[in-house]
Amino acid sequence: MTQPATAPQKEAPPSATKSAGDQGSSRRPVLRWDVRTLSLLGVLAALVAVGGITAPDEFLATSNLQLVLTQASVIGVVTVGMTFVITSGGIDLSVGAMVALASVWATTVATQEFGFAGILFTAVIVGVGCGLVNGLLIAYGRMVPFIATLAMLASARGLALQITDGSTQVVSVESVLDLGAKDAYVLGIPPLVLIFGAVTVIGWLLLNRTTFGRRTVAVGGNAEAARLAGIDVRRQRLYLYLLSGLCCGIAAFMLIVLAGSGQNTNGNLYELDAIAAAIIGGTLLSGGRGTIIGSVLGVLIFTTITNIFALNNLETAVQQIAKGAIIVAAVLVQRRSLHGDT
Amino acid sequence: MARTPATSRRALLFGTAAVSAGALLTACTSNEPKDQEGAADNAAPVADDKPGKQVTIGFAGPQADHGWLNAINDNAKSRAKKYSDVTLEITEGSNDTAQQIGQIQTLINKKVDVLVILPADGKALTQVGLQAMRAGIPVVNLDRVFASPQAYRCWIGGDNYGMGLNAGHYIGEQLKDTKNAKVVELAGLDNLELTQQRTKGFDDALKNYPNIKKVARQAADFTVESGQAKMAQLLQAQSKFDALWNHDDDQGVGALRAIEQAGRDDFLMVGGAGAKSAMDAIKAGDSVLKATVLYPPTMAASAIDLARALGQGKGVGGLAEFEIPSSLTLYSAVVTKDNVDQYLPTGFI
Repeated sequence: MTQPATAPQKEAPPSATKSAGDQGSSRRPVLRWDVRTLSLLGVLAALVAVGGITAPDEFLATSNLQLVLTQASVIGVVTVGMTFVITSGGIDLSVGAMVALASVWATTVATQEFGFAGILFTAVIVGVGCGLVNGLLIAYGRMVPFIATLAMLASARGLALQITDGSTQVVSVESVLDLGAKDAYVLGIPPLVLIFGAVTVIGWLLLNRTTFGRRTVAVGGNAEAARLAGIDVRRQRLYLYLLSGLCCGIAAFMLIVLAGSGQNTNGNLYELDAIAAAIIGGTLLSGGRGTIIGSVLGVLIFTTITNIFALNNLETAVQQIAKGAIIVAAVLVQRRSLHGDT
Repeated sequence: MARTPATSRRALLFGTAAVSAGALLTACTSNEPKDQEGAADNAAPVADDKPGKQVTIGFAGPQADHGWLNAINDNAKSRAKKYSDVTLEITEGSNDTAQQIGQIQTLINKKVDVLVILPADGKALTQVGLQAMRAGIPVVNLDRVFASPQAYRCWIGGDNYGMGLNAGHYIGEQLKDTKNAKVVELAGLDNLELTQQRTKGFDDALKNYPNIKKVARQAADFTVESGQAKMAQLLQAQSKFDALWNHDDDQGVGALRAIEQAGRDDFLMVGGAGAKSAMDAIKAGDSVLKATVLYPPTMAASAIDLARALGQGKGVGGLAEFEIPSSLTLYSAVVTKDNVDQYLPTGFI
């Protein structure tokens, strides 16, 4: 289990995957990784083609590409954190609720008085705090991740509802709102996309180039073997849920910038979107293998589909059916490509 | 009517005759002040501010996770406080059908005098409404209607079809001189019946204006986040349009944010429901939002009034009836800059 799991770490980012695949074709694990990433890139390319054909004027416009990336950013950051958790064999069902709680807490009147820093700090701290609770319950309270994070889902949403009393908290701090304006774009890239990019790069480095990443994979592959190999499995688990909470805090801040407000319904169903994107990307739900690039491609695929549907004015019902179909298709394709080695 | 001038003239004659007869009759009755006074005093007792028989009202609503629903709860509570003869038993709101049924059954067991129920899902809660009515507790059904008229004594609620209709007519009048006008619709949750009713009303109204075409419709989830996301998509898809109708002011906060981020101001926007933030924006007049069609949360206060009248066996003021009506549909007024001050106090946060 450890062998195929660690092999992808030696791989390069997607821009380099093709050539790297050719060079490393003698080693099966590398080839497998490549097929998976390439198939995801293929799906994305096909979607771009569909978008370009069905809505030629709108889809390829710069403003639309900026929009697709912006809309992928918030859920994308959450998915990076989720990828780590799933790779370790866990699950975090509370991500949407943590985003909601962090976003409403950070937009209370009291918090807004401290301006930009107050909002950013509160969002991140609330996310990390929730992650800490999850981590302690799972690592040291020996609770099953599914149950612990389910409890967090319920209580964080409840707390978010209590803080807002059901009403929308509009942000009046200009410096926060300005981050979402066109003027803030750096070389045409919205700041939220830059944050997403940074989180992706850091996440990739952390999973593929550090001891922390190797330990994550090892715990997910076989926790008992990892323990025997000298890894502090509990502490590793604690860190992983903390990391997921941190990502949710960052995502909450990004959502505040995007929507200009905090609402207890924020982050609705993020847990399912993030899990779906990670699974499509090739992260094993049973743990032991994770891929940040795959997860990000999964998020981009979903966002692009939504965008194409909206540009062609299709109904929500059709969008949901298509999303389901794509999840099934992607997983079936992966199972076929994996069949030889598992 | 326009077919033969003869018939129209005849109709006019008959009409005049009928009106005169009516006037004569009115004149006759008004000449008998004694009778009229008697009728008002004895026949139809009307609930008023004066304390009457003590009434315990049970109130069960859905989870207030949305500005409008929160305003519903507030309206019910503050109205009940106004009356010294009313005790309000309020349950924790829930969107879970089974849980809400349980809460209503608890209120039935407590033997409250009257029940006010805003069901999370009207159809799913019909049975428990029937149960209350059979137990001798009259039910005031608020907003989301039960599937059977036997399940409630009185229904009061908003007019979703009317919202669409009035939004459509307002936009139609604003654009009546625009050639080939394009309209875009940002709908609410598509799995709610009320969303379809709002869209139907809107489409029906637009049929009166052949120069207007609805070019796009996307459904959001009544949340700020979904409003921002879907509106951003719509703005990408439609490089130019003349008017936008957004079903809900809460998701409108997000929609306005998306419009601002895209730097667009080439169309007029009409909102829905009547949030305070929307009314403030209409009053300020510095955004694309020019109007909102009401779906007044004051209906909860009115429901308390009706429940109190029911409990005291009285009718309502302003009507000659002995009993409260069996159904009341509220009007979806269009709030614009001209009349916003009048409606601002009802705007919910």
